[in-house]
Amino acid sequence: MSLSIIIVLAVLSGVTGSPSVAPSPAAADATAHPNSVVEETEIFGWQQVSVEKEAEENAMATGELNPNHYPAQRAAKVVQHYLNVQYGSPFRLFGLHKVHSGNAEDVADSGRKYQLEISVQEIINNTTEKCSAEVLFGRAGEQRSSQVQVSCEELLKTSTDAQQDALFRKYQMNQSLLSAENLPDSYGHMEPDHQPLWHLGIVASSSVMLKESTENTLYNMAQVANIIQLASDNKQVKFDCHVLLHEMVSQEIIHWKLLFTWSPPDGVKVLQMEKLPHCHDCKVPPNTN
Amino acid sequence: ALMQRRHPLTSVALSAWSLMKYDYTKYHPMDEIYSWMEDVQRGNPQLVSSAVYGHTSEGRNISLLKQLGLEHPEGSEKKAVWVDCGIHAREWISPAFCQWFVKEIVNSCRTDGKMRRMLQNLDVYVTPVINVDGYVFSWATDTTRRWRKSRSTPPPGGSCYGVDLNRNFNANWGTVGVSFDSCANNYCGKSAGSEPEAQAVMDFVGGMVNRTVCFLTIHSAGQLVLLPYGHPEISAPNYAELGSVGEAAASEMKKVHGMDYTVGTSPQLLYPNSGSSRDWARLVGVPFSYTFELRDKVEFRYLLPEEQIQPACEEAYAGVLSIIAHAHDKTFPYAAGSGPAVVGSVLLTKRGPGVER
Repeated sequence: MSLSIIIVLAVLSGVTGSPSVAPSPAAADATAHPNSVVEETEIFGWQQVSVEKEAEENAMATGELNPNHYPAQRAAKVVQHYLNVQYGSPFRLFGLHKVHSGNAEDVADSGRKYQLEISVQEIINNTTEKCSAEVLFGRAGEQRSSQVQVSCEELLKTSTDAQQDALFRKYQMNQSLLSAENLPDSYGHMEPDHQPLWHLGIVASSSVMLKESTENTLYNMAQVANIIQLASDNKQVKFDCHVLLHEMVSQEIIHWKLLFTWSPPDGVKVLQMEKLPHCHDCKVPPNTN
Repeated sequence: ALMQRRHPLTSVALSAWSLMKYDYTKYHPMDEIYSWMEDVQRGNPQLVSSAVYGHTSEGRNISLLKQLGLEHPEGSEKKAVWVDCGIHAREWISPAFCQWFVKEIVNSCRTDGKMRRMLQNLDVYVTPVINVDGYVFSWATDTTRRWRKSRSTPPPGGSCYGVDLNRNFNANWGTVGVSFDSCANNYCGKSAGSEPEAQAVMDFVGGMVNRTVCFLTIHSAGQLVLLPYGHPEISAPNYAELGSVGEAAASEMKKVHGMDYTVGTSPQLLYPNSGSSRDWARLVGVPFSYTFELRDKVEFRYLLPEEQIQPACEEAYAGVLSIIAHAHDKTFPYAAGSGPAVVGSVLLTKRGPGVER
């Protein structure tokens, strides 16, 4: 059977990998490594691309970007964080849905700029919309946040004031201050009453994720470990929370404490943010009032 | 238990009954998964056998279920398909999928002609949880829920537990996408295959590599189908075919619940990495080797709600089956009935001089 022969050939030519054999990424001669296979066959539209060229593309990520590849995806995720900081609320949260196209360039003295066409999803109402965005990453070593500009068609115009006002009044008039932990819990669940607190945690976390994001990171909020309402004046409600952020590239869970306020007119404002030390086997400290 | 020992038929009946009562739409702790494996095997003794093929650093069994299927009609050697779950402890949807997958195969073997034909030619090996210690640890408290690695003791000079098992395989080990700090979540271990969990897989699959046509390793999250290799400058010799088969799988997955799965290599879609099980399998010659990253993409990540277990497993099953069916039909084209068209296009593929190193 000729197909068995192909498989047998693959087996015969396979040799267990060993570190001494692998080319080091920096040293590899772009034209000469042993495993590039340049094929021109097209099967169901999947074309073999010269691997050296692709590796170069991703390393420099300049010019037109493959929208599915990580450079465009990481930049687009920053847009998601920006949208949540600017427009997020207990009733409005944004998630990156898809990147349609992207372009990157070096900007002299400023850093690197990405231009993106993306779709974002408003998660709570499950609507999707196209946006154009620009993300400017600062130069390596600089402390400042990425700068983002976005324009979307319809999404950002709507807001659910009635729902927000009702929730705000409820939080203001609580007899006892709210607190919750593990949103969501180990099974992905949470009490329905706690969902707005989870949403607030995501919006507040987005400030951290926006500030911390670089071309070498991809952040998502994994969990609100705990959140407690603090006493505050009538103009806003105030919360202290401990969040777990998942950073994809390192696969680390990074702990942050946040102090933030919320009111419908002003949205979420983060007053303080503090990164907690990396602790391998640590427990999250319990709520303290 | 006493009744089971007295009458084997009662044992089968009891096991089959408890199998039907098993809730595949909930996450199960390890002791329940071990019992379930026993029930599957006892309830379907002609179809399923089990094996312990290694032990974790804390001494727990690493077990698989083998779908025996039916005897190959010509009596010649059957090919093998490998599916494993739970390399990363916190990715609970992964073991949930392996349990779902076994259930589906066992059920459809009775009724589905295509499945019966495939199981005449293929042995399917499923390991519901490879990183048993890590999985057990992730169930201990709310805090340990986020654990990723194994639970090996700190190395000499190091201070933290656990190795990222998916960086420990003997595949360009220690080259990219890893840390040598034991406290890092992508710590690759002391040396390639230093971890008993990774070594157990390499020993077992290594012993049947000549007949293994498909190696699928299940993870979460991100909704991706990842091809070898994790190294940005090394390309599998059948890259084009891996890509088109991956795209076909993603297309099947989307048909189920409309979810998008993106296909590509890890250096393209995520980040470079080395020492993954997928890479090891492709390097030793398994032609169809993939990592599946299941739901979700944005909201929950590894804390996927139980309500999503069923839809996530249904779409993953469609994708996994699509790849297994392709591997089967390519290896046994006359059994598949798909015939010359498939054979022709594959034979036309130019294979360059690339020798896997």
